[in-house]
Amino acid sequence: MNIHEYQAKEILAQYGVKIAEGGLAYSIVEAVQRAREIEGDVWVVKAQIHSGARGKAGGIKVCRTHAEVEQAAEELIGKKLVTHQTGPAGKICSRIYVEAGTSISKEMYLSFMVDRASERIIMIGAAEGGMEIEKLAETNPEAIIKIYIEPAVGLQDFQARKMAFGLGIDPAQLNHAVKTIKGCYRALRDLDANTLEINPLAITANNEIVAIDAKMVFDENALFRRHKIAELRDNTQVDSREVAAAEAGLSYVGLDGDIGCMINGAGLAMATMDMIKLAGGEPANFLDVGGGASAERTEKAFRLVLADANVKAMLVNIFAGINRCDWIAEGVVQAVKNIDMKIPLVVRLSGTNVEEGRSIIKNSGLPIITADTLAEAAEKVVRARNEVVAQKA
Amino acid sequence: MAILINEKTKIIVQGFTGRIGTFHAQEMIDYGSNVVGGVTPGKGGQTHLGLPVFNTVKEAVKQAGAEASIVFVPPAFAADSIMEAADAGIKYCVSITDGIPTQDMMTVKNFLRRFPKAERMLLTGPNCAGTISPGRAMLGIMPGHIYVRGNIGVVGRSGTLGYEAADQMRLLGIGISTSVGIGGDPIPGSSHRDILERLEQDPETKVALMIGEIGGPQEVEAGKFAKENMTKPLVAYIAGLTAPEGRRMGHAGAIISSAGESAAEKVAILKELGVTICPTPSLMGQTVAEVLAKL
Repeated sequence: MNIHEYQAKEILAQYGVKIAEGGLAYSIVEAVQRAREIEGDVWVVKAQIHSGARGKAGGIKVCRTHAEVEQAAEELIGKKLVTHQTGPAGKICSRIYVEAGTSISKEMYLSFMVDRASERIIMIGAAEGGMEIEKLAETNPEAIIKIYIEPAVGLQDFQARKMAFGLGIDPAQLNHAVKTIKGCYRALRDLDANTLEINPLAITANNEIVAIDAKMVFDENALFRRHKIAELRDNTQVDSREVAAAEAGLSYVGLDGDIGCMINGAGLAMATMDMIKLAGGEPANFLDVGGGASAERTEKAFRLVLADANVKAMLVNIFAGINRCDWIAEGVVQAVKNIDMKIPLVVRLSGTNVEEGRSIIKNSGLPIITADTLAEAAEKVVRARNEVVAQKA
Repeated sequence: MAILINEKTKIIVQGFTGRIGTFHAQEMIDYGSNVVGGVTPGKGGQTHLGLPVFNTVKEAVKQAGAEASIVFVPPAFAADSIMEAADAGIKYCVSITDGIPTQDMMTVKNFLRRFPKAERMLLTGPNCAGTISPGRAMLGIMPGHIYVRGNIGVVGRSGTLGYEAADQMRLLGIGISTSVGIGGDPIPGSSHRDILERLEQDPETKVALMIGEIGGPQEVEAGKFAKENMTKPLVAYIAGLTAPEGRRMGHAGAIISSAGESAAEKVAILKELGVTICPTPSLMGQTVAEVLAKL
């Protein structure tokens, strides 16, 4: 789960990481008010969206007067920002963060994440910050410092010092740097974050170490024990189809194609989407309906897939293990009747009680196209989609 | 032979008396697995499904001779149950539980590493369908009837995609020695490589099929292992050709977060390493049949 920059900064401040003075605003009036509350003569107005690379997309504005803050707020609040991370649809900016401008003398990079290969937390740093770490990894891999942290003992002071020296920190600020680095690690561990990235981490003109930006990503599986973190969820930053799916307890990812999918199991879902693509189509979504797909759940899944106006044909692919094909078939028939489905539907059933399931579909009197194999199902749904498109043209 | 489990393996169920544990324990018993009891703390001394319930895994090992366990405990408590099994001397543990926090799995793996290798419990899962040695024993939640006994060893991250592969092979008259689900989590108990190592040692297994997906370094690592250490042919399918970068596709671990983690990149690397790639997921059985025919 992603959170906003200002939320990550509030968390880090509690762990002893220094941040610039700032305040959150939902409106232009509030933004100016925040600027008035913050001393100084430079303010940075920052769009709060769940994406990096906001600066390049015009989401970060440096202002020298309150009038400029007002103008910046007007330009950002309620607008969609498109970055290379958001995709073409962009993300709505409904909150802005007004921060005191910081005079920066040096920018560095610092992050922590779960490393799947070593099964440990890895701390990554670079003496040059501000740019994307992936780009630095390509152009100058030697400049990246990697330190692995033993889960049983945690981050040690010598490791934090090693990182601080690697970042090129002045010995006079060593203690502060160690405190900052250890604070970040503690925040990640205590709160079940998977990723914590500060880019840039800066040394200011006053020789302070300050987090200029902050990103934290949390483990969805751990939210049951991190109630305060769970409350930070901002559904305006998530595809509305995915919000509806999460409420129905379904695993859904919206995509740009026009063939809707309902499948059981994440791996089979990905494989079925691959088959659609190989057959010349584009999936509209990933949807794992899960193992115990009841009739009610099936109908919810159908409604979710069909709520996407782009969907021109739909494919159901179920491999019944614990489940039974006859139960699934009954659920599908019921859903099609209740929803009054207008677009072509291809159903492929396999596994436990497959014959009973197929005969329920066949005897339903509904215009459902059936398929026996994965390949046949993909071909049939792509053909049905093409016919719909041809008819409309 | 088969690997990990056979008809003699003494199995206990952790989370035995719960709804899900009860259902699958019965399915495993019906399949012919040698289930000797279960563990539910606080219910020790009771009888469930005609079998003894123990308070601790240690008692189950001592009194019923348990060697393998299957964990149906809810996510918040599953890591603890896995470590209890390791501490009690269980040799092989399958964790079915989906949704265990990543940092809990880091703790589990760290705990397991403290045991000398010869005494270390093998863990597969979490978030998997389990392991089956067809016709001998089932330690999982799969539909046992689609698995036919034979000489293909299977390792995969996904449950239903594994069923699809088993079914395709069954229709072609090809059977399976052992099929192992390693699960869809970012930090799995065992990797593809760990299972391939065992399939290579198994005299009954002639060909190995690896069913992978986007995200993480596992499939490439397994490909390198196969090139350097395996005499048996390796066939692979990697799901997620259409998955966009940075999005989690159902499984907690199915996310492309760095270079080399997309399906296309993994396929390219595996091909280079000499692994036979199934061109589509509907040709998993067919591809295995072709490789088998050349032996």
